[in-house]
Amino acid sequence: MTAILADAPAAARWDSRRRAGRFLMFAAIVLLCAWVLLPIYLLIVNALSSPNEVTGFPKRMLPSFDTGSISFFINFAGVAKALWNSILVAALTMVLSIGIGAPAGYALSRFDFPGKEAFRFLVLMTRAFPLPLLALPLAVMFIRTGLDDTPVGLAIVHTTLALPFAVLITFSLFSGIPFELEEAAWTLGCTRLQAFWKVVMPLALPGIAASAVFAFTISWNEVFAAAVLTIENRTLTAFLLQSLNVSPLYLKFAGGAALVVPALIFIFAVRKYLFAMWGIANR
Amino acid sequence: MAEISIRKVAKHFGNFTALHSVDLTIADQEFLVLLGASGCGKTTLLRIVAGLETPSQGEVWIGGRRVDHLPPRDRGIAMVFQNYAVFPHLTVYENIAFGLRMKKLPQDEVDRRVRRTAELIHIEQLLKRYSGQLSGGQRQRVAVARALAMQPDVILMDEPLSNLDALLRLEMRAELKGVLAASKTTTVYVTHDQVEAMSLADRIAVMHQGRIVQAASPVEVYRNPAARFVGSFIGNPPMNFIPAKKAGDGRWSVAGMTLDGPRASRSEIEFAIRPEDVEVAPDGVPITVRVVEPLGAHTLITSDVEGHLFRAVLDSTTTVRTGDRLTLAPKPDRIRWFDPDTTAAL
Repeated sequence: MTAILADAPAAARWDSRRRAGRFLMFAAIVLLCAWVLLPIYLLIVNALSSPNEVTGFPKRMLPSFDTGSISFFINFAGVAKALWNSILVAALTMVLSIGIGAPAGYALSRFDFPGKEAFRFLVLMTRAFPLPLLALPLAVMFIRTGLDDTPVGLAIVHTTLALPFAVLITFSLFSGIPFELEEAAWTLGCTRLQAFWKVVMPLALPGIAASAVFAFTISWNEVFAAAVLTIENRTLTAFLLQSLNVSPLYLKFAGGAALVVPALIFIFAVRKYLFAMWGIANR
Repeated sequence: MAEISIRKVAKHFGNFTALHSVDLTIADQEFLVLLGASGCGKTTLLRIVAGLETPSQGEVWIGGRRVDHLPPRDRGIAMVFQNYAVFPHLTVYENIAFGLRMKKLPQDEVDRRVRRTAELIHIEQLLKRYSGQLSGGQRQRVAVARALAMQPDVILMDEPLSNLDALLRLEMRAELKGVLAASKTTTVYVTHDQVEAMSLADRIAVMHQGRIVQAASPVEVYRNPAARFVGSFIGNPPMNFIPAKKAGDGRWSVAGMTLDGPRASRSEIEFAIRPEDVEVAPDGVPITVRVVEPLGAHTLITSDVEGHLFRAVLDSTTTVRTGDRLTLAPKPDRIRWFDPDTTAAL
């Protein structure tokens, strides 16, 4: 009896502590969500409002779905070309990083070779060097080789940024496909290459597409290298960086939305594979 | 005609030797089971025959052709894998047709063979399904059908039933035996399950630590183990072993009995008897019963003789209680003797 009585305050204390913990956790969740969602919300509301509403006060909470800002942005001199450059560079980045990254991911998942762990580590290490550190030597080298201010040159730089992710995502993808399936294909008359095309490729294709989209998004969002290495052939990010501080507010919002929305949609589409990458690459 | 001949095949993984110079000949249309505990090298040997692993030394011949330098596709083999390896992106029909299409057979021949094999394995109603829509047993059937449809000279099976539940395993075992006998192919079958091995095999090759200890018919392997390991691995419960001391020329003293045995120069050898080969009699090994397990058809008795575990399978009509004292007499023609150093039969 006394034991139960003595326990009651302890239990109550424990209970209130747990409640406080839960409150803190929810507060943190709300804060983090607001951190990410609020800017996107403001961006979209303003991009979908007419120029007058954007500069006016008080602000509206809901967009008026006026296309004035957007159409002004699209018709703004140089936007179309920058958009085309962005797509071109991103597409090149996508092809290059999958073309190089997928074979590396396959090799990592299927073969034991000396230095395999070191190689995996190095792949991640490439992300450790800040781009500004590399920008100057890169710019000098690009000017010497004539790669400066070309989509190909920029795509090569973006490929080095996207490659680690392409390698790790495809590595986890190929690791998820049992080796036994390939062996079965060999015993059924396939060469190594045929087994890869007929069995591994169809199974890996959705994931490879996801990895490609991710590479596209990395290039699409990248601004520093784009701003340093291009002058005439600006990508959209570099173009906006250069012209936005001298352009009206509604143009900034429309430009921001034009950059953010496609990237968000792409990432949302391939989220499953990005989680898989972290889950398995940590092993 | 596809005789398999494995000649002095060895396999090293770094410092570890998985196979020590294995020699084995498997006759045309024979059903050979490679039996052993996990890690004994049986799967490695099978994969070397399949061409999925290269031997460090030695030769593999299939149907009079040396194949150890050939890729799996050129060896005239088909393989059934432990985890079935049914292609998840293809229907059952396309899975079975996969190898036939690789051979570039005409469509009507492919169709004919797929349907006939599916019927043989009783999966004709599943042809349009994908692997994800099948149960483990059905996947197993698809894997077997896919191998059979190739009409290979040799079928290699790597623990094909180990992922099935007990009842299904029993059913598949009987069916597999019938189907493979009818197909007239040479079969090499890897398993760690001795009952499976006994029931399926024409001949069992018992493997231990990278060597084939004995290759003989199931009854021979059971009755006359060539080495102590075979006796202790095969049979449930396994053989009993008791040390024997020399008591004259060809006479050995075993736990109080004096028995006729082999003429050996050694002063100590090992006496061995299967648990079912003893009977309650006035003369024999005196034991104290420690555990009694009634198993329906038989009663299993556990005791110890001079510190060595001793089991006996008695008729279930015998009434025995824990603590009882019995004398068990070994049937003279069932006694086996082993050299304790080489572990070989004497």
